[in-house]
Amino acid sequence: MGVGVHVEHLNAWFGTTQALNNISMEIAANHATAIIGPSGCGKSTYVRCLNRMHETVPGARAEGTVRIGDLSIYNGTSATQVRRRVGMVFQKPNPFPTMSIYDNVAAGLKLNGFRNRRRLDEIVERSLQQSALWDEVKDHLRKKSGASLSGGQQQRLCIARALAVQPEVLLMDEPASALDPISTGKIEELIFQLKENYTIVIVTHNMQQASRVAEFTGFFLLGELIEFDKTEKLFTNPSDKRTEDYITGRFG
Amino acid sequence: MRTRFQQGLDELRTKLLAMGGLAEQAVDRACQAYIERDLTRCHMVLENESRINAAEREIDELAFDLLALQQPMAVDLRFILAVTKINSDLERVGDQAVNIAERVMDMVELPPADLPIDIPRMATASSAMVRRALESFIEGKAELAQAVLEMDNVVDRMRDEAFINLTRKMNDTPEVTRQALDALLVARNLERVADHATNIAEDVIFWVRGADVRHNVAVADPGARQPIVDRS
Repeated sequence: MGVGVHVEHLNAWFGTTQALNNISMEIAANHATAIIGPSGCGKSTYVRCLNRMHETVPGARAEGTVRIGDLSIYNGTSATQVRRRVGMVFQKPNPFPTMSIYDNVAAGLKLNGFRNRRRLDEIVERSLQQSALWDEVKDHLRKKSGASLSGGQQQRLCIARALAVQPEVLLMDEPASALDPISTGKIEELIFQLKENYTIVIVTHNMQQASRVAEFTGFFLLGELIEFDKTEKLFTNPSDKRTEDYITGRFG
Repeated sequence: MRTRFQQGLDELRTKLLAMGGLAEQAVDRACQAYIERDLTRCHMVLENESRINAAEREIDELAFDLLALQQPMAVDLRFILAVTKINSDLERVGDQAVNIAERVMDMVELPPADLPIDIPRMATASSAMVRRALESFIEGKAELAQAVLEMDNVVDRMRDEAFINLTRKMNDTPEVTRQALDALLVARNLERVADHATNIAEDVIFWVRGADVRHNVAVADPGARQPIVDRS
């Protein structure tokens, strides 16, 4: 099951440049929360702080409180432990190109020393079913490589790979921006189903997508969280003029 | 700035105001026709109806295009929805003007009768409501729209009084029953015009404040922000 994410006074820097400024946000368990904002507003940095990926950039650091369920992730917890609970899907599908479909999904578990073959089979099947890819690939799981799939299928494979380690939170950084409308539709449908078992945070440039899939939306601007509200409220009657100017295209 | 989209919204605003002008003119003409028993004005109202109907279709098409092609959000989305609803109300105002003109055409065939009803006063009140509702749309001001809502009771009361007085008149003087019925129908048409003005005012409040004040279910927040009205 998904867990809530508690973010309090989160600040992040790239060297001396502050990228996030005092962000506080309660992300509801088993719901999708969308993060929107113009390029460079800090939305990707924000989600990368939720699984300790931000600090992998040389010179980057983050401070503040982030709790995944009851796990405080900036409090001596190892990054590996955090990422087991927080999966991530990126803008560009990035399956391991030389691995089979099966091995792509099983990779995280194998890396963690999981060797039970029958159990692995079950998890691979379950993950591919959850990511709505099973029916399309079940006959050539071991024959075809991840790279042989279409872009949309590759992205669903990456989602299956993230789900295989049974995270509680799934971060998606523009997961459909490189996909055609049909594949995008499948990913959006999938997000809807995944909410039953996972907490989802999705970064998107596509406001229609945010309004279709997310119950809550946060608008970021210049590293600050300007407005965070129910999606319906934010897109129909936002409280802050900056939000309104952004979503109505009056910026610039 | 989405220039083409802004141009589309401006065009929508201009077209709706032009249609508002036509609907307002139709009601005024019909009422003047009643007062002066003037068939020429009646015919003008009937002829004008097709222009109002054409304007309604044009506005709907433009609103539909903007919704489909520009995916408006927030205040823009509320604006377009409000325009489509105001558009329908204005078309209905035009219909009421036609109904009044048809009653006048019937009355002109009959001997004049002294009836206990002040149609000019009621017409002034209803027309003022339409005009002020359109002003609140032009200005994007919810306070002006709110004032229109408060005027509706006055016109309702006039209609109720007309009903009582004209029923009595028909009982007392049956030979003017047909004229009294025509006047009663005109009073009802004017009361409907006021209702449409009320709807328009409610839609302006929805656009400006994002608050649904229909059927007295919510009170508009007087402290709410004003919309971005492009006056360029």
